[in-house]
Amino acid sequence: MHYISVDAMREVAETLNIPQSRVYSVATFYKALSLVPLGKNVIRICNGTACNIRGSPKILKAFEDELGIKNGETTEDGLFTIQLVNCLGACALAPVVTINEQVYGKVRIKDIPGIIEEVKNNDSDQSR
Amino acid sequence: MILTSPADLEKYRRDLSDRKTDLKMRVRVCAGTGCLAGGSKSVYEAFLKEAEKHGMKTGIDFAADKTGCHGFCENGPIVQIDPQNIFYQHVKSEDVPEIFEKTIIGGETIEKLLYRDQKTKKRCRNEENIPFYIHQKRIVLENCGHIDPADINDYIVKGGYGGLSKALFMKPEEIIEEIIRSELRGRGGGGFPTGIKWKSALEVKSDRKYVVANGDEGDPGAFMNRSLMEGDPHSIIEGMIIGAYATGSFEGHIYVRNEYPLALTNLNLALKKARDYGFLGKNILGSGFDFDIQITRGGGAFVCGESTALITSIEGFAGVPRVKYIRSTEKGLWDAPAVLNNVETWANIPKIILRGSDWYSDIGTENNTGTKVFSLVGKVKNSGLVEVPLGTTLRNIIFEIGGGVINNREFKAVQTGGPSGGCLPADKLDTPVDFDSLKKEGSMMGSGGIIVMDDHTCMVNVACYFIDFLAEECCGKCAPCREGLRAMQKLLHGLTSGKAKPGDTLLLRDIAEHVKETALCGLGQTAANPVLSTMKYFPEEYEEHEREGFCRAGVCPDMYSLEIDPELCTGCGACAKICPAEAISGEIKMVHNIDMSRCVTCGSCIDTCRFNAIDVVRRGKK
Repeated sequence: MHYISVDAMREVAETLNIPQSRVYSVATFYKALSLVPLGKNVIRICNGTACNIRGSPKILKAFEDELGIKNGETTEDGLFTIQLVNCLGACALAPVVTINEQVYGKVRIKDIPGIIEEVKNNDSDQSR
Repeated sequence: MILTSPADLEKYRRDLSDRKTDLKMRVRVCAGTGCLAGGSKSVYEAFLKEAEKHGMKTGIDFAADKTGCHGFCENGPIVQIDPQNIFYQHVKSEDVPEIFEKTIIGGETIEKLLYRDQKTKKRCRNEENIPFYIHQKRIVLENCGHIDPADINDYIVKGGYGGLSKALFMKPEEIIEEIIRSELRGRGGGGFPTGIKWKSALEVKSDRKYVVANGDEGDPGAFMNRSLMEGDPHSIIEGMIIGAYATGSFEGHIYVRNEYPLALTNLNLALKKARDYGFLGKNILGSGFDFDIQITRGGGAFVCGESTALITSIEGFAGVPRVKYIRSTEKGLWDAPAVLNNVETWANIPKIILRGSDWYSDIGTENNTGTKVFSLVGKVKNSGLVEVPLGTTLRNIIFEIGGGVINNREFKAVQTGGPSGGCLPADKLDTPVDFDSLKKEGSMMGSGGIIVMDDHTCMVNVACYFIDFLAEECCGKCAPCREGLRAMQKLLHGLTSGKAKPGDTLLLRDIAEHVKETALCGLGQTAANPVLSTMKYFPEEYEEHEREGFCRAGVCPDMYSLEIDPELCTGCGACAKICPAEAISGEIKMVHNIDMSRCVTCGSCIDTCRFNAIDVVRRGKK
């Protein structure tokens, strides 16, 4: 998901007949593109102004503690990546967290273990 | 089906209106991002299922529409029911059978789903009775929440593409004259007169010209453009077609922010429908004018909201800004003239053409005509989207429409204008919100974010937040912004973690002023505003952070202690329940106690307490 490998970048440069440096410049400039593979479930914690003043830094810390990884990292089992992101535009529901396409509004620190459990269960349901 | 002339469109509109009025029972379920998060998709599906159960055919006996954002996102999911126009809030799929039985079939109102006015304690049956809506004037958002954005016919019934058909009978110069006279100014925050911009583009001789819509709404705490693109995409498209016809452009681009997937879907669908009906493509409405629009999806870079960076990004490069020696209306996109306006500006155009510049310039104040959409968020009771005439005061927006501060806490500041804006204190609440007044006070209107802060918001932390944001989003092209922001960031982190050295605040001010004077683009030149405005209005907080390592708001970790006020505590137990560290104890109905050795200073208890019984005190003081 949004991951671009070095090989893919080489191929883009070749196909479009442009220097590899330009492909690299675009790939590293935009946040939507990633040079490392992301986890199966990407947890995006909104850090827009509204979410920030309603406590998103503490929500981030709680997710980090729960999963044992830092912002931007992926768990060893490849299940979760945490990203602190700019405003998701759902400010009335602050603080907001999205996991894949699912939006969680008015998240409280206490809700976090349950949310992670829910995602894990959905995953194992699908693989069954 | 292609409509081949303005007369053809008018006939089609009349036929549609007749058909729509035949269909009486109708539910409108909000499917904006906010309500979707609250589960409005399953609410919508429950209505379809319920209709089937009652043997009603959807689309014949009964209509269920997924509309765009109603703006009252705090209270979603929102469902409106016609013909009575009943406004239900916080609707869950479990409520649907009852709604169907009682309201749709029985015509009864379900009291518990109605909004309750906080002041009068009365339930409000219709949108028109809710204070949040009473004080608004909805022009741009007129259709949002009332039409299905996926159905072009809904837009046409509401008068859609009528501005275009009128414009096609006018000369380009006449259209531009009308826009100049309306005194419409750029809604992205620049405030440049739209008509003048168009005129300079028309006067440039070029075989290629472009119109561009900026939908890269990056300001944190702002979602006006998202709701508009999701909820009424055709109004933006119609505005762009009129602008293209007036300036002689052949191609349009809409730049949509990466984080807005639903806006992208709805715009793409709207473009397809507009082509099917002959509003886009060759020979639009039989006028001989050709024009089409493409969408460019952003890549998650804040700086791309800046006009020159946005253009560079559409061209396929990393979106870094350029120095503006030459205006975009002379050499913009691919070296050809480009008219770039915010999506909200474009959405105003059809309405001005249809109803006339006099009608428009009567709204608002002198030099600041028309309305503006704001996203009212933060520590305010009624969060959501509000549209008011320019010149409405901050007090009116926050207290009349917004209902005041959450939990009736004390109002501390309001932040406007996004990261480049500023924070204003309580004694500036009577400032009219427009392009010029807020600037005089050291903030700005910007694209329309209004973030309310209470006494539990630390102003140094807010400045730190914005500088962190800007340092992260800085493209790195010019040294003052790149290095200056990094230096400011370091000082602010020192202040908010109790590690500041004497003189740090002064140094911070010095750097901020230099960045303001020397940065290359608009983003850099305004980057110091959050620091300068908070320093101007809240100097005591900087002083306490620097000298005493104390955060009076109870936000900066380990820089404060908490105490429960025995006079105010009712022993409700809410704080003990929310505390993740189990640091609060006490019997129900008895005064509670906080064990500071366990407290992780997360602040959850302060936000939860409805009696303001939790006090922030200096550390080491009992």
